[in-house]
Amino acid sequence: MKNILKCHPGIGDKVEGIVLSANDDFSARYDLDRIKGIFSRPQHKLSGESYIDKILVLNGSKGGVASAWMLYEMCARNVAPKAILFNKANTILAQGAALANLTMCDRFEDGDITSLLKTGDRVIINPILGTVKLI
Amino acid sequence: MILNQEEQAMLNGEFGEAKKWAIKHQIQVGNFFDAENLVNVSQVHMMVDPESIGEEGVLFLEKIADMGTKVVVPMITDPRGVDLNYYRPLGQTEEMANIDRRTIKACSSMGILMTNTCVNYQTIMPPIYGDHLAYGDTGVVIYSNSACGARSNFEGGPSALAAGITGRTPRYGLHLDENRLPTKRFIIKEQPKELTDWGILGAVVGKKSGSYWEVPIIEGLEVTPTSDEMKHLGAAMASYGSTPLFHLDGITPEAINIKKEDLNHLEKNKITQSDLADLKLQFGKKGDKIDVVVFAAPQLSIIEMHKVATLCDNKIFKVPIIVCTSPQVYNDAKRMGFIEKIEKSGAKVLEGTCFYNQYAREIGEANGWKKLLSNSAKIVNILGGYGYQPALANMEDCIQSALIGEII
Repeated sequence: MKNILKCHPGIGDKVEGIVLSANDDFSARYDLDRIKGIFSRPQHKLSGESYIDKILVLNGSKGGVASAWMLYEMCARNVAPKAILFNKANTILAQGAALANLTMCDRFEDGDITSLLKTGDRVIINPILGTVKLI
Repeated sequence: MILNQEEQAMLNGEFGEAKKWAIKHQIQVGNFFDAENLVNVSQVHMMVDPESIGEEGVLFLEKIADMGTKVVVPMITDPRGVDLNYYRPLGQTEEMANIDRRTIKACSSMGILMTNTCVNYQTIMPPIYGDHLAYGDTGVVIYSNSACGARSNFEGGPSALAAGITGRTPRYGLHLDENRLPTKRFIIKEQPKELTDWGILGAVVGKKSGSYWEVPIIEGLEVTPTSDEMKHLGAAMASYGSTPLFHLDGITPEAINIKKEDLNHLEKNKITQSDLADLKLQFGKKGDKIDVVVFAAPQLSIIEMHKVATLCDNKIFKVPIIVCTSPQVYNDAKRMGFIEKIEKSGAKVLEGTCFYNQYAREIGEANGWKKLLSNSAKIVNILGGYGYQPALANMEDCIQSALIGEII
């Protein structure tokens, strides 16, 4: 596999971190216990996992508009992921990331990002260039 | 993005810091989605409940409001998280109520109308075909796009606020013709008969569509849904699939212009009786104990309130019933005697809130509510993540179940 993955230019700052990956979707309202910083929805593939300071890698976003404010609130309390990578983000998550200055990228040229990156991988995301480097 | 002279002046700060923040935010989002420019909007609807925004969000709102900011187009709000006339009995705290009070103060000072509703398309100013909007609340957006033929993306609270301040939104997604054409084709035989059936159909189509960027078209409907049925269909579809637009063949306005031959390249996905039954099977079964019954998500129309009042008349329930409606409907329902009839039975009507965005986890814990029964396919999808074991039944069965404390 390539060690630099190309995606659409994203939002936020360049960051480095450890991946938490699943082929599942994301909603801050539906899936998270935002106080504890864990996935709380029993049916979610990351149920029980802590997302704090992780590079979350998920398929897409689902559900409601609340996630935009929630991302901002989570980031302000530092109980938030370091970045989120999607195959395709919806509008809400991108809007929330813009307000929170949370790093977010999507639309990867090499295929399904949830298969390309595994939990435990260390990556550097450059949203301005639209690259994710596996290190 | 291409900006006109006025927009460039906003970005340069010539209209103040709030407009500068707003248009910068819109450019950032617009660039993410390759928008070429901004489009003027006629209305804005903002989701700004206290549970979502928290202390940090309200501080942000207050900062923008303190700049002397005024919105430049009609701007309304989604349900609140606290009914300020009834929050302590639910176990909601003063801290929660104070976030709500501060939010109301900040929004009102900016000229935002505190309508507190997710059924504004039924009660405030229904969108017009082709109208460009910046609407929050997925149920509001999907209804406005699909039933009315208006044009809005899902606008989260921050982006809705930015749109109210600039009077514009980035032109991407559903503001563009090419993104409004069907991409998934669903054929049904089983005809929905009541609200919950429409919700289940929406849930199945949403789940199978599975992305904001898919546009389902449903063929085979032999009945035209009412506004309330369309409301439950859309709200569930948006909840399960993040779907912002659907077409109903021969029914919804944009579907009229879609030719059959334009759909030939799309696979026909049959929605079977077992698809619908499987969805419902995930949410409770006969004999299951229940702790609370909720009618909400979306807020009830006056027609639904009438039905609930009729069903509650002369009954005393074994488990609590919570009913959420908009302030507009609440006052009509009060005038017509529905509120009195409902509350005489021990049920409670909340004004201007919706159950799932009013600290559902905390009020569940405070009241010992875990097993929740509702007729809303949307709410049962949401509340699993809040520690509930949600169950689904139609309105009549919810009422009958509340009498004996278990699902009939």
